[in-house]
Amino acid sequence: MTEMQREVLKIAMPWLFMAVFLVVWEIACVACQIPEIILPRPSRVFEVFVQRFDILLRFCWDTLWTTLIGFLIAIAGGLLLGLAIGASPFVYSGLYPLLIAFNAIPKVAIVPILMIWVGVGALPAVITAFVISFFPIVVNVATGLATIEPEMRDVLRSLGATRTEILTKVGIPRAMPYLFASLKVAITLAFIGSVISETVGGNRGVGFLMLSASARNDAPTTFAGLFAIAIMGVAMYAVCALVEKRMTRWAFRGEIVT
Amino acid sequence: MAFVELTGVSLTYRLGKDSTLALADATLAIDKDEFIAVVGPSGCGKSTIMKLVTGLLPASGGEVRVDGKKVTGPIKGVGMAFQNPTLMPWRTTMDNILLPMEVVEPHKRRFRSRRAEYVERAMKLLRTVGLADFADKFPWQLSGGMQQRSNLCRALIHEPELLMLDEPFGALDAFTREELWGVMQALWMEKRFTGVLVTHDLREATYLADTVYVMSRRPGRIVLSKKIDIPRPRTLATTFEPHFVDLVHELRDRIHQEHA
Ligand SMILES: Nc1ncnc2c1ncn2[C@@H]1O[C@H](COP(=O)(O)OP(=O)(O)OP(=O)(O)O)[C@@H](O)[C@H]1O
Ligand SMILES: [Mg+2]
Repeated sequence: MTEMQREVLKIAMPWLFMAVFLVVWEIACVACQIPEIILPRPSRVFEVFVQRFDILLRFCWDTLWTTLIGFLIAIAGGLLLGLAIGASPFVYSGLYPLLIAFNAIPKVAIVPILMIWVGVGALPAVITAFVISFFPIVVNVATGLATIEPEMRDVLRSLGATRTEILTKVGIPRAMPYLFASLKVAITLAFIGSVISETVGGNRGVGFLMLSASARNDAPTTFAGLFAIAIMGVAMYAVCALVEKRMTRWAFRGEIVT
Repeated sequence: MAFVELTGVSLTYRLGKDSTLALADATLAIDKDEFIAVVGPSGCGKSTIMKLVTGLLPASGGEVRVDGKKVTGPIKGVGMAFQNPTLMPWRTTMDNILLPMEVVEPHKRRFRSRRAEYVERAMKLLRTVGLADFADKFPWQLSGGMQQRSNLCRALIHEPELLMLDEPFGALDAFTREELWGVMQALWMEKRFTGVLVTHDLREATYLADTVYVMSRRPGRIVLSKKIDIPRPRTLATTFEPHFVDLVHELRDRIHQEHA
């Protein structure tokens, strides 16, 4: 195999695996005569996907923007809190246990509470997306700061730099790869958050679409919603991975990582 | 009065119950614009002395004074080349070298307006150490010796009153090293600053210093202070003259006693 063929194969592999997966699924459905209401064939899901594309798009769009807003707030808040925790041992010892306790709460449990406070609509979804994707960002940024090589800090200290200067010249650049690495995880979690909120009690978004479709025993539409979520999730993950690669080339010492 | 004064300075590293006495009793005085060298066996506390003088570590006992003032925290604006080149991987070599200009007064305030001038200054330094073509490369694209030379440029760029060099030529080949001795000497004769050089190379110490201090094994103390009475500028030819060779031998004999 030449170098070229190897490269092509590497790019083609995920698509190949997906195709095999879908074909096996299709054959299994036909061969075992599984009723559509339990597990629709992928071709049928695809058909519904195309047929009801405009509706799907509208509901997806609702989910997408609530997720993104929650995610953006999580980045801003996570970065600030992560910097505070990483830079100060006092904030660390005070807040870290609380954060862990908070993270241990299943997020499904807070949706009903949110609905009491802010009602139904976009807001609970935004908040759930924020709450669930916030934690990995905080932890990663704080870790990035806490693991700065002491020598690197000494260089600045010996020049007479202030704490703020040390933070901006070493701390933040050093924490960036950790931040970007956490974004990939956080964006998928944000999707989980907003869809949970839509499913538990909402009147909008893909989660709601799936819920109402399954209430009508409309399995193909439910699955089409599932596929749509997966596509959005992968797409956002890819965007985050791309941003990561662009912003933190030094962390990989210029090597191309895929 | 001496510019840098260490009186009975000791230092113990502590980590939980574990403690290491790194430096037992260091007493030395460096005059203003004097260039001294510290030699001694590995692990005897040379790097530790550097950190004590610059205030990066607080002394466990004794007193460190710089410019008449007792050192209690990091002192401002020293030029320091650490033993391992601690360049920042997210900055290009040029930006790494410019770092002191972004932090040290008064350059800090005019950094933006005079950037071009500072870049030219950094380029001049890079040229003297033979790295002019690598200004835009990142540190991880440089060899170990090249990183060390950049590290030296960073220590020099703001023309500090006090220059601390911890084995700055350690990773270089003999030829580049000897060339840089010349560069260092010329710089010192032109600008006149107080210099402290830690090295394992006795010829290097003798070539560059006014006074060479020999340290004992850990826990370190100063066991010999030797004035080098060879006029400057010294050249490579100087290093083969009998008097120079005698001085090196004397230092070597003293260090051998430490290994005995
Ligand atoms: N951060 C630290 N924690 C604990 N012990 C340390 C630390 N740094 C140095 N030491 C110990 O202190 C002693 C002196 O170390 P130092 O780095 O000053 O030696 P050195 O003279 O610079 O040696 P070399 O010539 O090998 O660089 C060593 O025995 C070392 O084990
Ligand atoms: Mg050392």
